[in-house]
Amino acid sequence: MYQYNHNDQILIEERVAQFRRQTEQFLNGEISDDGYRNLRLRNGVYIQTHGPMLRVAVPYGILNSKQIQKLAYIARTYDKNFCHITTRQNVQYNWPKLEQIPDILAELAKVQMHAIQTSGNCMRNTTSDHLAGVCVDEIEDPRPYCELIRQWTTLHPEFDFLPRKFKIAVSGSRDDRAATQFHDIGLHLVENTAGEIGFKVLVGGGLGRTPVIGQVIKPFLEKKHILSYLEAILRIYNLFGRRDNKYKARIKILVKEETLEKFNEMVEKEWLLIRDELEVSDARFEALKSHFVPFNYDTKAAEDNTFEQHKHENSAFAKWMEHNTVAHKIAGYQIVFLSLKHPQTAPGDLTAEQLDVIADLADRYSFGEVRSTHRQNLVLADVKQSDLFALWQSLEAENLATPNIGTATDMICCPGLDFCSLANAGSIGIAKEINEILDDMDYLHDIGDVKINMSGCMNGCAHQSVGHIGILGVDKKGVEWYQITLGGSSSNEAAIGERLGPAVAKHEIASAIGIILDVYVQQRLHEETFLETVNRVGIDPFKAKVYANH
Amino acid sequence: MQIIKNNQLIENTWTYVSDDAPVVSGNICVSLARWQAEKADLSKHAGNLGVRLSSTDDVTSLGSDLGIFALIELNFADFMDGRSFSQAYLLRNRYHFQGEIRAIGKFLSDQTFYLSRVGVNAFEPENLPQAHATLNDFTVFYQ
Repeated sequence: MYQYNHNDQILIEERVAQFRRQTEQFLNGEISDDGYRNLRLRNGVYIQTHGPMLRVAVPYGILNSKQIQKLAYIARTYDKNFCHITTRQNVQYNWPKLEQIPDILAELAKVQMHAIQTSGNCMRNTTSDHLAGVCVDEIEDPRPYCELIRQWTTLHPEFDFLPRKFKIAVSGSRDDRAATQFHDIGLHLVENTAGEIGFKVLVGGGLGRTPVIGQVIKPFLEKKHILSYLEAILRIYNLFGRRDNKYKARIKILVKEETLEKFNEMVEKEWLLIRDELEVSDARFEALKSHFVPFNYDTKAAEDNTFEQHKHENSAFAKWMEHNTVAHKIAGYQIVFLSLKHPQTAPGDLTAEQLDVIADLADRYSFGEVRSTHRQNLVLADVKQSDLFALWQSLEAENLATPNIGTATDMICCPGLDFCSLANAGSIGIAKEINEILDDMDYLHDIGDVKINMSGCMNGCAHQSVGHIGILGVDKKGVEWYQITLGGSSSNEAAIGERLGPAVAKHEIASAIGIILDVYVQQRLHEETFLETVNRVGIDPFKAKVYANH
Repeated sequence: MQIIKNNQLIENTWTYVSDDAPVVSGNICVSLARWQAEKADLSKHAGNLGVRLSSTDDVTSLGSDLGIFALIELNFADFMDGRSFSQAYLLRNRYHFQGEIRAIGKFLSDQTFYLSRVGVNAFEPENLPQAHATLNDFTVFYQ
């Protein structure tokens, strides 16, 4: 993974010093509330229902074991022993004290971490494929480009006060696991007819209140022009994006109001003026790539097949292998998902003890590296097949081996009314109820790939509009209700879910999800997945059953 | 009144003349609208000339007039309005404006570092010592 150089380290230390001073000035009444609010947001500090929340950046979802240990230390020392993985691969603490946040940031800086631009109307942490560099369907490893973008976006002097937040995602594989079609800018590494690799650039995608699928603005951009092209889009957005209404301030609205054709003309004109001066040199690309060379894999890893024997003897291990691991590009290695969706815990939550164990397991079995996923799980990406059984046993002991990756209980879920000051409704409690009705693992595995995404308000942090089943909490006269959508997807076949009907009462939502899954089982043909069935039969059969008694 | 210019605290030598006020002697700054309306008369002014831009003014509209000005003020109506940052970039880097670019109005002291990186070299802040102290918050940067 990327290792900081001297200047990278100086920059984050100077940022800590700056935030320490800003916080002291605020506590002494020397900065206005509104001024401090915007400064703290740019350091990941929100004020939530119970007090401050700190969002720590995990650039493109990659962590090393030292960083995991530091996250554990912070959870123990400054929080209530917990942290939470977000839908943008970041880490959140829900219980820090404001006056201690500069100290937390100083601790993070010791392990090359920070919370810069994890909130606020600025360029946010760049996200990517959690299987980057190890998956079998990769065109090119996106991580060097993610790091280039991380550096360029960090403290960019011109674009820190944008009309609204701005998110960039990069994918380098054929299957889009980074939801690039739902980002302000989505970058997809592609190969052109001449065999060269460049970027397909999408613009104007986004979730939240008005979900929009991004449109292709440049089918093929030479890699050396990536920064100039991003800068051109950002400058046009900064100058012309709407600032009169926060709900119309995202770039998707600018693209829609101007039309893609006109927006493209504006960007192209700007880009041609800056293209040559901002060209990225081959030497810079090579230097970045040198941080992401493949690990020193054991060439004989495939020879030890004892895990097959374990699978044969232990059906729980076999189930875990089937659901929580995927093929690695190197023979004899496997990619392992750590499920943070144990039925008894809030989706994405981790304790300090679990973090310490994960750091240790990463050191022992996966070259000391851990990844976070936008579905709020973790990944050990480089596990030798001969280590799988021992790893599974350790994960099982920590409740990190629930064999539910990609199933209906692998829900993504925002903190909801329990923590968030924006929320209209609870989400964690509903996740628990859904878990209770889906407690039969065989049924769950029979249903297969179903992505349930649940947000406690319109802001859509859990990306409900692209869930195969989306659940959105709404407030009706002080009572929590839930709207259901079906058929959304953030993968290659991007789609926004269709609303099933009127919102469902809190006590009925879990059973409504149960009914929807039953309808799927009745309606599916052969090997059809949930999404394929919904796309074929439409929402009516689901609607008929869910609202049968209304 | 003191301002920050080129990292130093100096006395301000400019007077802003509002749209309905008579022109005074010395270095004067006017709104873009007044400049456009009274260009011929103002060009004869004995002192130096400056123009005050709001975040919604189009800097490209200044064209060849840029050479006449010794000062361009970027007036922040709200510190959240980041358009002034792009205006400064364009004036300094695209149109190669050589004179003083001054941030005025409701910007934050903590924005002076960023502003200096996009070409602003003078500041008329609410809190002078605070703004001066934050101007050099960072010794390194990526852009």
